[in-house]
Amino acid sequence: MSDILVFCETAGGSAKSSARELLGKARELADGGDVVAVLLGADVSGDGLGEWGADRVVTVSDDALASYVPGAYAAALSQAVEDVGPDVVLGSASALGKDLLPRAAALLETGVGADVVDLREGDDGIEGVRPLYAGKCLAVVNVTSDPKFFSVRPNSFTIEDVEAGDGDVEEFEADLDDDYGYEVVDVTKTGGDKPDLTEADRIIAGGRSIKSAENFGIFDEISDLLGAAVGASRAAVDAGYCPHSMQVGQTGKTVNPSLYIACGISGAIQHLAGMRTSRVIVAINKDPDAPIFQHSTYGIVADLFEAVPMLTDELKGLLAD
Amino acid sequence: MNIGVLLKQVPDTETKVRINGDASGIEEGDIKWIVNPYDEFAVEEALKLNAALGDGEVVIFSLGRPKTVEAARTALAMGAHRAVILDDDGFQGSDAYGAASALAKAIEGEDIGIVFAGKIAIDDQNVQAPQIVAAKLEWPHVTNASAFEHEGDTALVKRDVGGGVAEQVRVTLPAVVTCDKGLNTPRYASLPGIMKAKRKPVKNLSPSDLGVEDDVGGDNAKVVLSGYHMPPARPAGRILQGELSDQIKELVGLLRTEAKVV
Repeated sequence: MSDILVFCETAGGSAKSSARELLGKARELADGGDVVAVLLGADVSGDGLGEWGADRVVTVSDDALASYVPGAYAAALSQAVEDVGPDVVLGSASALGKDLLPRAAALLETGVGADVVDLREGDDGIEGVRPLYAGKCLAVVNVTSDPKFFSVRPNSFTIEDVEAGDGDVEEFEADLDDDYGYEVVDVTKTGGDKPDLTEADRIIAGGRSIKSAENFGIFDEISDLLGAAVGASRAAVDAGYCPHSMQVGQTGKTVNPSLYIACGISGAIQHLAGMRTSRVIVAINKDPDAPIFQHSTYGIVADLFEAVPMLTDELKGLLAD
Repeated sequence: MNIGVLLKQVPDTETKVRINGDASGIEEGDIKWIVNPYDEFAVEEALKLNAALGDGEVVIFSLGRPKTVEAARTALAMGAHRAVILDDDGFQGSDAYGAASALAKAIEGEDIGIVFAGKIAIDDQNVQAPQIVAAKLEWPHVTNASAFEHEGDTALVKRDVGGGVAEQVRVTLPAVVTCDKGLNTPRYASLPGIMKAKRKPVKNLSPSDLGVEDDVGGDNAKVVLSGYHMPPARPAGRILQGELSDQIKELVGLLRTEAKVV
């Protein structure tokens, strides 16, 4: 039995959908222990998290938490953790989670098992499994200090029916400084409303054979249809066809979607390292000998410029039904 | 102002990983070791800032394995002034918290005004040490910098926060800044640079020099890795056959009925 605190990221003052995965898994792992959701922000609401599995919901609303300020968030989270006193703290290994959790844990002088893709009851309490060397191998990760922090790679767990908790909401007042030497002065959106690559459940990605930045437009319609993020191989990034923020691989982003469609990507070891945990991999490539076919669930030997529009039309028909 | 750089030596990205006999790690025998690619952006940014300031030194901080001095020499050959390496058996097996505690102590000893680091080390991909160093020093940290502008007592940093969103952050110095690709183009070490690097000072510190005996080493690790294993092999894929239009129809059918992902 473990009491588990789940740090839930928020958007517009309520928990993001990523919290559902974490709370659902926490419910299962707690084995009779308490599941406590914690939300930070300027004015956050914890309503409805009982349905996702939370017994209790702790909200920390403070103007200092209006935008993500690492020092303020780490202080608030560590104080909430001390107040709740859980055995385990879970958060998402999202961009924000990876930034925050090590700092928050350091304030409590405890450790973080980072980027785990599985969590289970081990000999010494809850333990994780995490990829290393960009997924070329895996290892069991134990946190021996208290509480045990884990950041969880998005989309690691399929959560179906969750036993609801009471979801009683309580407010916690954090003792925060006026100034953490960190001010967000501007936020710019460059990529439209596409989901974040590292959190996306579906991804379509292009390689060098996409041939130009304009040609990435071939993915516009299909990515909208699928709600997919658009990624790229290092070859496409190095050729200047797209920004590094779209790169999937060992020196780019590590992704974990249900569906990964690789178009004109040969499948270099570094690229495979970044996407090999994808549940279903579709490869479209002109070259029948491309290594990507050895790692794909389904392969189509064809020019992406022929196959992608046809696939788009076929999906349009299907999803319209 | 002295500028610090956190540097880590990692296996080359081409490395084929093999698990060692007792599954406690990987076979290191024939690995080619390189400077973590993201740390090169950190070295470059430090050198650029040092040149713009016209005073102070760029100091490399590296904790690691016996060959870590080679990684430090690479950065010295690029133009860094000196290195502080934490190469001692006592550091072996440290977790991120232990390593960062030691690095923070080393930084405290060198009058450093800003620290650059890579945004991720490509071996363990932990993304922890820079933030813990900042926490230990009670400095702010900014991760994933793709643009950096020094403003005196502050710096303006552009950072990718995912989902096609970028933030501009003004951070008060001293601070820890982690560097993303796109921040700059790291220079190559010139031949004279490589020659000069051999004579540049490298200081080696032990856990007791830093007073971190209770934080570092495998016995003090709060995070312990064991049971290394290879990922399950993917079942052999299916290459679809026939006319392309039929293949596409079959694919969409499979994605819906067999894989259930659309």
